[in-house]
This record gives sequence, C-alpha cells and structure tokens, in this order.
Amino acid sequence: MHGALKMSAAVGRVLSQQMRQSLKVLKSLAGKKNRCFSASVPIPKEGSVSNNEQKSVNRGKSADPLECRFMYPEFLPDPKPEYRNSLREKLERADMMARRSKIDIPEFYVGSILAVTVSDPHAPGKSNRFVGICIKRSGCGLRANFILRNVVDNQGVEVLYELYDPTIQKIDCLRLEKRLDNELLYLRDAPEEYSTFSFDMEPEIIPEGTPVPVNDLKVTLKPQPWLEKWERKDLKGVRDIVVNQKREMKAKAALKPWEKYDLMKIYRETIPEEEQKEIFAEVYSDLHNLEITRQKMKRQRTFIRPKKSG
Amino acid sequence: MALRNTMMNFSSRAIHTSAICNQIIKLTRLRVVDNSDIGKQAMVEGKPPKCIHIYNKIGVGYIGDKVLVAIKGEKKKGILVGLKQNQKTKVPKFDSNNIVLIDDSGTPLGTRIHVPIPHILRTILKNKTHAKGADYTKLIAIATRFV
Repeated sequence: MHGALKMSAAVGRVLSQQMRQSLKVLKSLAGKKNRCFSASVPIPKEGSVSNNEQKSVNRGKSADPLECRFMYPEFLPDPKPEYRNSLREKLERADMMARRSKIDIPEFYVGSILAVTVSDPHAPGKSNRFVGICIKRSGCGLRANFILRNVVDNQGVEVLYELYDPTIQKIDCLRLEKRLDNELLYLRDAPEEYSTFSFDMEPEIIPEGTPVPVNDLKVTLKPQPWLEKWERKDLKGVRDIVVNQKREMKAKAALKPWEKYDLMKIYRETIPEEEQKEIFAEVYSDLHNLEITRQKMKRQRTFIRPKKSG
Repeated sequence: MALRNTMMNFSSRAIHTSAICNQIIKLTRLRVVDNSDIGKQAMVEGKPPKCIHIYNKIGVGYIGDKVLVAIKGEKKKGILVGLKQNQKTKVPKFDSNNIVLIDDSGTPLGTRIHVPIPHILRTILKNKTHAKGADYTKLIAIATRFV
C-alpha cells in the first residue's frame, strides 16, 4: 500500500513526454493497484498513454488547460529549483502574452514545417524568409527557441530562431504534424531527401477538430561516421541502426534501464500538475481568445482569396 | 567477461569524448564551393584544402574570416562563407565548412558559388573592405543564393 501511495503521488504530477513513457512501466508494475490511481488523482486519459500514440489536442476546439503543455511548452518554467523564481516567471508570461497579441505564433511541434520571416538588416529587402522542418524545440519562457532545417542547393542549412524574438515578422506553419521522436537531430545524418523542402510550399489546411497527424516516417541513416551515437538514443523514427559489435557492447553498457523507475528523477525534472494548472489558468483565457481570433482571420483569408481558374 | 568490460572501460577512458566545437583552426579540412578550376579539381580528387593560417588574432576562424589554405600543393587565400559550428540566432549553420577562394586583391577565383551564402556575410565583408585594401564585396556579387 505504501508503494501504491508513492506511485499515486508520482502520477499526480503531470509529466513530460519522456517521463510519461516511464510512467507507463510504473503503471504496469502497479497492476492491480490501479484502483488507487482513479481514487486518489483524477488524471486525464491522455496522461497515461505512451509517448507516440498520445492523443493530440483537438485542433480548433479550445484545448484543455492540461493539454496546453504540448501546445505551449514554453509556458512551463525550467524545473531546476535554482532557476525558479515565481515573480520572474510571471513577468515573463506577461511579456510572452504581450508578444503573442502582436504576432500570431501558431501551434507547432517538432516535425512540423515552418516558414519564418524575420527583419534582417543584412538582406537587401530588409526581410528574410526561411522554410524548414522543426528539428528541435528547447528553452522556456522568453528564451524559448527552435531550430529549422532545410537542404538548399544540396547544402544542409539550419537556423536557430527564438520564438519571442521581436525581429520575427511572421511564423507560418506550412504543414502541421508530429514525428515519432522528440528531437529530429538525426536528420543531420540522414540522406538529403528527408530534410528537403521547397521554399514556395503552400500551407496545408487541416480541417478543424482533427487531431494533429503523426507522421510515422522511418528514416534510414547514412553510413557512419555519424555526428552522435544514435544507437544509444532509442530512436523510433530511424530504421535499423547497425553498428559494429564494440559499439553495440558499449551502448549496452551505457544503458540506464533503472532510470524509468527513479521517482525522484521524475519529480526533479517535471513541473507538478498543480503548478501547471496554475500557470495555464493564468494565460488560458488569453490564449483561447487569441486562438479564436486566429481562426476568424483564417476564415476571412480563405474567403477573400478565391482561386483563379484559367 | 568482467575483465573484458574493465579493459574496455580503461581503454575508452584514455581518449576524451567531449562534444566537438567544430572550430576552424590550422589543419582543418575545408570545402571549396566556387567553380574555380583548382578548387573543383581538389574537391573532385577527394583532396579538400587544409587551412594553414587564419588571418585574425585568435587563431580560430569565424564566418567571413580570411584563411590561407593548402590546395593541390599551392597556397591560396579563401573566405569562410559557411560554418558547421553553432551560430548566433538567425545566422544559418551549414553541414560543411565552406570557403570561396580569392586572390590577394579579394577577387574570387571562380565565377559562381553553388551553395547558399548567409545574408550576414554582406555586412561582414563590407565592414572588412577598406578603400585601399582588398575588396571582398566582389564575392557577394558571384553568389547565386542567399539564406
């Protein structure tokens, strides 16, 4: 029973994507004690589904405040206790909302294709547009950033943008989708066709109310040498990684299978559910209003621009 | 098995495995991205040029810096036009370390650059060009695409 209590305490926290996978293991361990979960903490169904098959937020409809953690991950502060400062976080959130009221920052995930237009004093037209696939999202608060990758003229190019950079004029999500992994850095070691996107790509329209599609594309990596030790990263979006025996052994030695049972580690690396609720309650109504205005604008735009035929 | 494991750990501890910073230093291999004869030949033969000097006071080449390279047994100068290293925000980072060969007056040896060039290079090269020194802005004129 003591174990079950501990377990339910852990479930009470809303976990990051990686952590939730380990949670699944914990749950399966708990087995019969499942009753405790429902009794102690009402947790949304999505929270217990594993990483890849997670049910996405219904687009168009207002997201549940708890689901905001996937749509707006940058609103959650860094869980490191030495970086926490409730006043600074609050001020940052206010600044983020102020910025969001000026510029439409769409919902996007790692694997989505974005077009970013920035004011660039170095460019002749004073603005610069880059299209690419989002391979990483990191940072929180005003420092939230993302990396776009594309292959232009057979040359791989990556650009790091800050989400709340005042020089950003426009962010367009050309294709909204997720991939199997939380980071797509392995595209650097994948053949060019996996990260080639045309700059004059048309935005793809997804009907409202449909979940965000998950692209289960499996990438084949180029032969070694690689930039990182991909065989150790447990990648779902990469087809059979073959390494020599020595590397295999080393990868096996470097495994840390006990980490998923480490409740304290989960505790340290996540923001508690209560705090998340508090944070999103603060910004939720504003975010919701912004989303509604965005949808209105989208409808207007589609109405104004009918396609010419002939 | 245990012995083998300890042996392996011991041997792997002998080399350091920190992340590389991809700096351009002496003896770094570079990639010529213009269509100059010597550059094209060197790349086709699989003998990419080596950096043998960096014309700044740090000894590490950053974007827009002039380098001296050893290419096909000759010494040529080049401008770094794209780096693998992590860059500042909004500055593109490339998958290879690219140079464009120039002569002493700053005129490129080739007539075309066949990879994208960062926009920021316009400003950097303009600042490096002086009235009586070399004119690096000719390099911008032969670029085909900017990112």
